[in-house]
Amino acid sequence: MFATAVIVFRETLEAALIVSIVLAATRGVAGRRRWVGGGVAAGIAGALVIAALTEAIAGALQGIGQELFNAAILIAAVVMLAWHHLWMAAHGRKLASRLRRLSDSVREGGATLAALSFAVTLAVLREGAETVLFIQSVATSEPLRNVLAGLALGVTGGAALGALLYLGLVHVPVRHFFRVTGWMIVALAAGLAAQAARFLEQANVLPPIVPELWDTSPILSEASLPGQLLHVLVGYTPAPSGLQFMCYVATIATLIIAARWRSTMTGGRPRPAQAT
Amino acid sequence: MRAFLALCCFAVAGAAFADEPTFEIAIRDHRFVPNEITVPAGQKVKLIVKNEDATPEEFESKRLNREKVIPGRSQATIYIGPLRPGEYPFVGEFNESTATGKIVVK
Repeated sequence: MFATAVIVFRETLEAALIVSIVLAATRGVAGRRRWVGGGVAAGIAGALVIAALTEAIAGALQGIGQELFNAAILIAAVVMLAWHHLWMAAHGRKLASRLRRLSDSVREGGATLAALSFAVTLAVLREGAETVLFIQSVATSEPLRNVLAGLALGVTGGAALGALLYLGLVHVPVRHFFRVTGWMIVALAAGLAAQAARFLEQANVLPPIVPELWDTSPILSEASLPGQLLHVLVGYTPAPSGLQFMCYVATIATLIIAARWRSTMTGGRPRPAQAT
Repeated sequence: MRAFLALCCFAVAGAAFADEPTFEIAIRDHRFVPNEITVPAGQKVKLIVKNEDATPEEFESKRLNREKVIPGRSQATIYIGPLRPGEYPFVGEFNESTATGKIVVK
């Protein structure tokens, strides 16, 4: 039961942390709970469908269907997070000032909520499909009661860590709040972009450029809890390839430059120096 | 920078003249057979993993930076490398207590 719980926890963690960051990043936007909740529900439904189609997907496109599918999902999620980040560059100041005055929510956030809700769906779908397959697999050898208990324990554990992250984030002082969530969204997007790159290497679609830039697994294993947390939050990978590293840096640079440009166009970026 | 460009050319050339050495590993009763293979260094390698069990397995290696779900009674192709000499452990994530192995690069 505990072995099951540990694996389910690992799979749930990534999705749970992404949901927490998205919930925090949309603080002050009207209707966010509905959108994020809808995203999670759609993701779970999608996971069941994808798990049932695993064989068809894995066998498609001369055996690289699974890699291309994963890469496509990850890239779509990166685009959604980027969309939100640029929206915040234009609207962040307004959100921050309303949050400070504890006044009503911003109503024009519909588009960015849809984008983030979709990103949540993709995260839940990808991790969820693996969980469904794993559960099906253990259910053939273990009593169902133990399997379900392990599943419940693992999901609860993952969700609890997600909740902890959210509670931590909402305690960040309001004047720094959107800067912090903004950085988290950027780091998240960069990590997902690096994961997408890895799937394209694995499928032999793109070259690794340099197969292993460094190896920090003796210092911090990705299988450890801190390693896993860092993997989700900032894309930590002990032995990244040159391609992964380039995609990571390029995503961060693009988002910073684009957000800066957008905020000078609209004058909407929250600046800590001006906030009191 | 020049070294980096040279590496790029090398990598692209490696992808273009694709006739990689191929190695096969089977998954049987939630174990890898063989659970250790030796592959050449500095060369891209094609790994074929045949899952002979009825249940799915996830081939995963943090060091190799690879993960792939392999449905029951099917096979998967995974490209790795070119790698430096050393040992690269991998596991079957769904049965981590028994499904372990390593790739030795020489």
